[in-house]
Amino acid sequence: MRHLLDTADMDVPAISGLLDMADHMAEINTRAVPKVPALRGRTVASVFMEDSTRTRLSFETAAKRLSADVMTFSASTSSVNKGESLRDTIETLSAMGVDAFVVRHKSSGVPAAVTQWTDATVVNAGDGWHQHPTQGLLDAYTVTRSLGAGNSMSGLTVAIVGDVKHSRVARSTSDVFHRLGARVLLVGPATLMPSGHCGGPALPGTECAPDLDSVIGGVDVLYMLRMQRERMDSALVPDIAEYSCRFALTPERAKSLREGALVMHPGPMNRDVEMLVDPAMLPGSRILAQVSNGVSVRMAVLFTLLGGAPGGLVETR
Amino acid sequence: MSKQTRRNAAGDLVIKSGSVVNPDGIRRADVRVSDGMVTEVGENLEGPNLLDAEGLYVSSGFVDLHTHLREPGREEAETVETGSRAAARGGYTAVVAMPNTDPAQDSVHVVRFVREQGRRAGLVDVHPAGCITVGREGRQLAPYASLAAEGVRIFTDDGNGVQDPLVMRRALEYARDLGIVLAQHCEVSSLTGGAVMHEGSCCSSMGVPGWPSIAEELMLHRDIELVRLTGAPMHFLHLSTAGSVELVRRAKKDGLPVTAEVAPHHLSLTDELLAGFDAVFKVNPPLRTMADIEALRAGVADGTIDAVATDHAPHPARTKELPLDQAPPGMLGLETALGVVVTSVNPGPVRIAELLSWNPARIAGITERHGRPVAPGEPANLAVWSNESVWTVSRDDTASRSRNNPYHGMELRGRTVHTIHDGEIVVRNGEALK
Repeated sequence: MRHLLDTADMDVPAISGLLDMADHMAEINTRAVPKVPALRGRTVASVFMEDSTRTRLSFETAAKRLSADVMTFSASTSSVNKGESLRDTIETLSAMGVDAFVVRHKSSGVPAAVTQWTDATVVNAGDGWHQHPTQGLLDAYTVTRSLGAGNSMSGLTVAIVGDVKHSRVARSTSDVFHRLGARVLLVGPATLMPSGHCGGPALPGTECAPDLDSVIGGVDVLYMLRMQRERMDSALVPDIAEYSCRFALTPERAKSLREGALVMHPGPMNRDVEMLVDPAMLPGSRILAQVSNGVSVRMAVLFTLLGGAPGGLVETR
Repeated sequence: MSKQTRRNAAGDLVIKSGSVVNPDGIRRADVRVSDGMVTEVGENLEGPNLLDAEGLYVSSGFVDLHTHLREPGREEAETVETGSRAAARGGYTAVVAMPNTDPAQDSVHVVRFVREQGRRAGLVDVHPAGCITVGREGRQLAPYASLAAEGVRIFTDDGNGVQDPLVMRRALEYARDLGIVLAQHCEVSSLTGGAVMHEGSCCSSMGVPGWPSIAEELMLHRDIELVRLTGAPMHFLHLSTAGSVELVRRAKKDGLPVTAEVAPHHLSLTDELLAGFDAVFKVNPPLRTMADIEALRAGVADGTIDAVATDHAPHPARTKELPLDQAPPGMLGLETALGVVVTSVNPGPVRIAELLSWNPARIAGITERHGRPVAPGEPANLAVWSNESVWTVSRDDTASRSRNNPYHGMELRGRTVHTIHDGEIVVRNGEALK
C-alpha cells in the first residue's frame, strides 16, 4: 500500500495489522518521552485546504512523535488565494522534498488526484463527503480496544446516527466496522441518508433505521455524527429543534443504553444539537479516547506507509 | 491548407467501388462528383481523381445536432475552425453550433459571426442554433423571427433547461408559426444543485451530490404536455434515462410532433467510470447505469430515438484537472461518434445513415443540402466510412483543441475514412486536408 485514500484500500488483514501496530504506538505514547526516531529524516507535509485544526494537529503530532519533519500548508495563509492551482502547490512542495502529503480538501476525490502530481505517499485526511480513512481506523481501534475481542467486531451492533449523507466519517467508519464483522445501522431521516440504488442499502454493508428510540436499547456502540446547522436551508430537515427531538442523544435516551454500551462522536460536538447530554456523565463515552487513539493510529499509518525501520520504534531518545 | 483545388476544378472526382447507402437500400457503385454536386452513380466510372472506397460505405455526410464550438468566448477550448476539423474527421458535413457561447447566440450579429467563421474554415457547414431566451436566462424570449430570417432553424438554451413553464409555453406558442423547432435541455435545476454525477449507488459511496433521473424526466414530461397543448414541434436533447425513452415512446404513439436525440456516451459509458474521480467522465446529463444504456439502445433500435448527436463539449486540461465538483461537464464526441454507435448498437448501415445524417438534417431544417440521397443532382456532402474497421482511440489523435476524450485507450469498431464537403475532399484516409 503506497497511499491511504479510502478505507477500501485496506483489506481486513491489513486493517488488523494496522490496529496491532497502533498498540505499539499507544505504548510509545505512554512513555515519559513519547518520541522515537522511526521516521527521522522524512518529511511529512500537511496540506489542509479546508480548516480542521484537530485533524491537522493530530497528524502533525503523530509525525513528530515518529521524528519526521513536518511542513504545514493551509489554504488561508497560502498562495492559493493568489490563484495558484492545487496542482502547482503540490508540485512545488514536492520539489522541496516531501515523503508524504496529508491532504484535507472540501471536494471529494482530491487526494486521489494529488497522487497523479507527486511521487510522494498521499494520506487522505478527509475529502468532501467521501472518505476520512484514518477516522474509520481510529474508531475501529477505539471499539475493539474497549470491547476486546482482538481486532474483530463480530457480534457487535453499531448505530451511526445523524447526517450520514454529508459525512465522510460515516462512509469510512461504516465500511471498516462492517468489514470487521459489526452490524451497522444508519439512523436518521431519509433526507440525510445517501440515496441508495433500487432499494439497496444507502451504503454497502449497512441497514437503515428511521427511528433512534427503537434501536438505542440494542446497540453496543452509539456513534453520533455532527449535525450542520444549515441543513434546514436546503429542505433536508424542518428545523434543528425537530431534528434534536428525533435524533439527539438526550439524558432520557442515554438511560435506554445497555450497560457497557459505548458512545462515540468524531468531534467537534454540538452540545445543543445532537449531544444534549454531557458526555462526561456517560460511563460509556469514548469521545476523548477517540482523540488520543487518533494519534496512535495516525502514527501507525505514517509508519506503515513510509516503511519506517521496525528498530526505530523501540529505541527511545 | 488544401492540397486539393476547391471543387476539384481540374476534373471530376470519382469515389470508387463503395457501397452506396440510400433510404431505398445499399448498392455497390461508383459516385462521380463534379462542381459540388453528385453527377453520376453507376458502374465503371473513371476520372482524373479517384478516391478508393473499396469495402466502405458511401452515404450523405453526417449532421451533428449538438456541437459546442466554443467560439466566441472560450477559444482556449475550441474554435469554429478546430471543431469543424474534428467534425469533418468524424464524417460530418454539417454541425449545429450550440448557443452557449459568450456572448450567447441570441442575436443576429453573433449568429452571423459564427456562421462566417464556419465559412472561413470551409470544412463543414456550421449552422448556429439560436437561444430560446435572451442570454439563456430563461426569462425573455429571444427574437426568433429575426434569427429565422438569418436562417436559424433550431433554438435551445442548451446547458440550461427552460425552468419556468409559462416561459416554455409562450416560447412554443410564439415559435409555432415560424417554421422553427425548439430544443430542450431537460433538467429541473432545483433537483440537480451542485450535482456531479448520476444519483445512484456509485454517487452515494463517492460522497458527491447526485443528478437524479427524475430531474430529466419531470421536465420532459412537462414539455411533452406543452407540445400537446400548443401543437408546436419540439426536439429533446441528449436524453439519458430509461424513463425518458418511455416518455418519448408514448408521446410519439400519441402522434405528438416530438423528436429525440441521444449522445454516444449515453449509449456506451456508465457512472461507474467516475469511481476514480476523473472529471473526463463528468458530463451533463451524467453517465447513468447499464439499465439506462440498454433502454436507450432499445429506443435507437425501435425508432423512438431519432438521432445520435455528439454533445461534443471541449474543455482544456486545466479545467478538467479541477476537483470533480468544480470541473466543467462535457466530453469530446465528434471523432468517435460513428465508432461508438457501431460498437455499442451496430444498427446496420441504413439505420446508421438515418441516425447520423438523414434524421438530424430533417430536425435541423437543413435538408436542402444535407441528409440527401446519394444521387445525381444532389449536393456532394458525403461520408465514406467503415463499420468493420477496429481502432484504438487516442486522445492525442484529434483535430480538437481539447483532449477530454472519454474513450482514450478504448477499442472501437467503425470509423470515418473520407469526408467530402461541398464536392471537396476535406478528409482523406482519416486525415484532414485543410
